[in-house]
Amino acid sequence: MLEITNLVKNYGTKNAVDDISFSIKKGEIVGFLGPNGAGKSTTMNIITGYLSATSGTVTVGGKDIFKDPMGVKKQIGFLPEQPPLYVDMTVNEYLSFVYDLKSCRFNKKEHLKEVMEKVKVYDVRNRLIRNLSKGYRQRVGIAQAIVGNPDFIIFDEPTVGLDPVQIIEIRNLIRSLGKSHTVILSTHILSEVQAICDRVIIINEGKIVANEKTTDLNRTVGQSAKMKIKVAGPNKEVLNLLKGLQGILSVTTDGIREGDTYSYVLESTPSIDVRKIIFNALAARSWPLMGMENLEAELEDVFVKLIKSENEKGGK
Amino acid sequence: MLAIFKREMRAYFTTSIGYIFLASALVISAVIFSVTTVLDSPPTADTSLYFSGLIFVLMIFLPILTMKSFSEEKKTKTEQLLLTSPVSTTQMVLGKFFSSFVMLAIFLALSLIFIIPLTFFVPEENSGPNGALVMGNIIALLLVGMSFIAIGIFVSSLTENQFAAIVITIVTILLFFVISLFNSFISVYAIRVVLDWLSIFSRYTAFTYGVFDISALFYYISLTGVFIFLTVRVFESRKYN
Repeated sequence: MLEITNLVKNYGTKNAVDDISFSIKKGEIVGFLGPNGAGKSTTMNIITGYLSATSGTVTVGGKDIFKDPMGVKKQIGFLPEQPPLYVDMTVNEYLSFVYDLKSCRFNKKEHLKEVMEKVKVYDVRNRLIRNLSKGYRQRVGIAQAIVGNPDFIIFDEPTVGLDPVQIIEIRNLIRSLGKSHTVILSTHILSEVQAICDRVIIINEGKIVANEKTTDLNRTVGQSAKMKIKVAGPNKEVLNLLKGLQGILSVTTDGIREGDTYSYVLESTPSIDVRKIIFNALAARSWPLMGMENLEAELEDVFVKLIKSENEKGGK
Repeated sequence: MLAIFKREMRAYFTTSIGYIFLASALVISAVIFSVTTVLDSPPTADTSLYFSGLIFVLMIFLPILTMKSFSEEKKTKTEQLLLTSPVSTTQMVLGKFFSSFVMLAIFLALSLIFIIPLTFFVPEENSGPNGALVMGNIIALLLVGMSFIAIGIFVSSLTENQFAAIVITIVTILLFFVISLFNSFISVYAIRVVLDWLSIFSRYTAFTYGVFDISALFYYISLTGVFIFLTVRVFESRKYN
């Protein structure tokens, strides 16, 4: 159990973290979602004892980080935004150092082997970290966090700067770690939270905007689906036709034009699959459908919706 | 603490900083040794001049050892690992301190080799170097070097720039040196007492004469303690910024 109560952190006059409270139960994978500069890293740095707070409390497994920092640090594995790697060491040497640093009490050789196999760096264990690719370095960073089997693992932006294949691998790895550990990760990518987390805490300008299950978030986000289509045909008529179709909530042109082909952004009711309807309607008028793609909901859309729904709740 | 100490020792010899320190300091001290003893005219087994010279060798070369200690950790963000591990800040600073101290001890042990030829090559009526005097000097150098290391580690905790760390450390140590020079020009007794306390070197002279000064022992240990404490404070106070 990790509990944060009324946490405040000021940098001079700026409130980086502004009175946030939440708790995380054992075995959860919780995503910390917010734009850059929202206060995610600051909060994580406070939980791990790297920074102190202006006020408020953080307790991990019943121990207070400000009163018993050692007691808390023993329970946490932390991967900061920039993995803290000594590049002049080999993977094995580095992890062995981390093992000693955390004063672990396992069979060292076996434990390190197990950790390295889990994050798939066993094959490169004798290579200097300096010579590893970014994806491997990130894995070694994760390995470092899970040495000693801490109950809580905290990842700060674990997929930033990786290529798409590496991102998927790291996400799978984090999800598998979630089976045996409580995981907290921060990200500014909405789909990442949707892919990995049980619960999401959305934070903006130092305040918690939402704290809900990922499935609930999907419902909030999914109240309408967005897609982009390209149609070759007279702009105004196509627009009117689309507006009249069943299940379409709104249509806008985004002004992009290639010859006689215009693109349109549609919002539709998620309960109806409008793709067939659109296709049939356009085919009936012989206006070729040149392209169709789903648009992912973006963090900004979520914010707008969440703030809107908060206001509605407040109004009632 | 042991983990950090071991890592630092390893890093000295894999990043070659340790070899650079040992090699360059030994070469320079070998030159000083030759010039002040066997090559002196007439050749002498008196090592007092050599040991006075060694203190300047430490002044210039010890900062090479300490320049990286925290500035590099800060730059590469590895300090985040140390500061979020179940290791106290004091243990972290002491781990670094002792690794540099062991390097200093290795250097001094190796430099003792110079003394050996003195017993053979310098014909003198009072035959060869004075063992007690040499030991006294080595202990004194360990003590003075210890305070240099503490100063160096403190300075490196303030900056990310290794070059700045080395320069500021040398300047700080020189300041302590200059203070003792000023002292003879000051007539106010109270100021002289204060300056004398601040001077790392006034206490060192007694050792070069072969006098073991117990108050100097406490002086160097407490000076080291002060700078280690200040380094710990740097990390503690950074948490609040």
